[in-house]
Amino acid sequence: MNIVEVRGLTHAYAKHESPAVDHLDFEVRRGEIVGLLGPNGAGKTTTLHAVLGLLEPTKGSVLVFGRSPIRQRAEVLGRLNFASVDVDLPSNLLVAECLRIFAALYTVPDRQRRVQELIQRFELEPLARRRVAVLSAGERMRLKLCKALLNAPDLLVLDEPTLSLDPYMAQKVRQLLRTIQQERRMSILYTSHNMREVEEFCDRIVFLHRGRKLAEGSPAEVLARANSRSLDELFIRAATSGELVDAA
Amino acid sequence: MPPDAGSVTRIAALFQRYVFLHRRSIIRMFDIGFWPVMDLLIWGFMTRYLQQVVTGPVSQVLIFLIGAMIAWDVHYRGQQAVSISLMEEIWTRNIVNLLVAPVRLWEWVTASFLYASLKVVVVTAILAVLAKGLYAFDLVRIGWAFLPLAASLLLFGWSIGLATSGLLLRYGYAAEALIWGIPFLLQPFSCVFYPLESLPHWAQGIAGLLPSTYAFEGLRRALQAGSVPPAIWLGVIGLNALYLALGAALFVWMFRRARADGRLGHLGQD
Repeated sequence: MNIVEVRGLTHAYAKHESPAVDHLDFEVRRGEIVGLLGPNGAGKTTTLHAVLGLLEPTKGSVLVFGRSPIRQRAEVLGRLNFASVDVDLPSNLLVAECLRIFAALYTVPDRQRRVQELIQRFELEPLARRRVAVLSAGERMRLKLCKALLNAPDLLVLDEPTLSLDPYMAQKVRQLLRTIQQERRMSILYTSHNMREVEEFCDRIVFLHRGRKLAEGSPAEVLARANSRSLDELFIRAATSGELVDAA
Repeated sequence: MPPDAGSVTRIAALFQRYVFLHRRSIIRMFDIGFWPVMDLLIWGFMTRYLQQVVTGPVSQVLIFLIGAMIAWDVHYRGQQAVSISLMEEIWTRNIVNLLVAPVRLWEWVTASFLYASLKVVVVTAILAVLAKGLYAFDLVRIGWAFLPLAASLLLFGWSIGLATSGLLLRYGYAAEALIWGIPFLLQPFSCVFYPLESLPHWAQGIAGLLPSTYAFEGLRRALQAGSVPPAIWLGVIGLNALYLALGAALFVWMFRRARADGRLGHLGQD
């Protein structure tokens, strides 16, 4: 069974001429890291929101762990987690108590130990007694990733997780995520505009443009089919011409 | 969805999150007491002045103004606490974290009701002590009926809070003005400071649709006659049940509409 199964996903926002996502098909298998790529407005966030049960598709279906994130919301959400550069954590809480509260929301067993373990893994010990409000953007993102791993999710949904990190910390976070992902055979659905990161981190990519899928496969396969040297080049080509590089 | 073993843990965690809002913020702590105390001072001094210039049985009725102000605050704080707990999540851009957590809507609502109740108990206790000390007005004079009637005003506050929260989910910041505006829309028709029969006929029709009107009529009767007629209890219970059901239905409907439109994921970002 696929962890995520998206079939014919279409979503049109009110007062928008064309759908944000148009007949999209893809899946995420167990233990796989899948990158959703595409220029701004390609439909990446809309797709993530459909997987998270934040929006109801106009047409098509989304199944997570074989269930609907709309109709079986609590069961699905208990097994996944999420971090995004655009979503913050409560600024008035201390780092450790923020994680404890979220651990309780996910009914994590042995919360104290789990929080401590993640604080150590993401090198947040010196900040544990600080308010979230005073953290730098990079520190905040590390905290969001801690929160996203609290419930040891089977599926981790990440929206631009390394955008606010310096190159050193971004590399560390990628390594850490890869280690945790391999330890638990966790699946990751991931968006990023950093094409090098995508090439290094993702097992498979789904390239979107104006809501439609342009290409799908491992980064190497997609590059070979598109006769392109790098994902950066491919990204610019897709953004400027919307050229179909793979009739997937 | 029915409660499970984790429901209590999740409700307690959300309740703690809302209580913690006040812990490190002097402004928020101050805000709990400041506005109600200012209201009490104004109504208290006005009552004292009117008692000096008005004689006869009317002067005895005037003291009710202080009790009415305290009781209205129960409704107002109850409504505000429910709506603002959701608004807080939008302001801090934490709302999506909660919407993608395995928290049931009813658990979230229950936590906000508990938070509203705690806030109301604290504010009412402060006001009761000050009213006794400054104006010799004793809430106990109203009698045992004060507790269920105040609870009904809190319940009405929850219902309005649920409805405005639903509109916040659907319309985001555009609906923020409703949080502050709706209580002022309801107050003139709730007969807080004057009896129902003093209103013009058309306004009595509107007032009769509000459970708050029956609660304030009940408080006046309790103070004057020492008892509350059954018809008033019937109005209080029946209308509160209706408004709570309507508030919950609107909240769920707006949540579903916001999800269908794709607005949920963008709350706080527009």
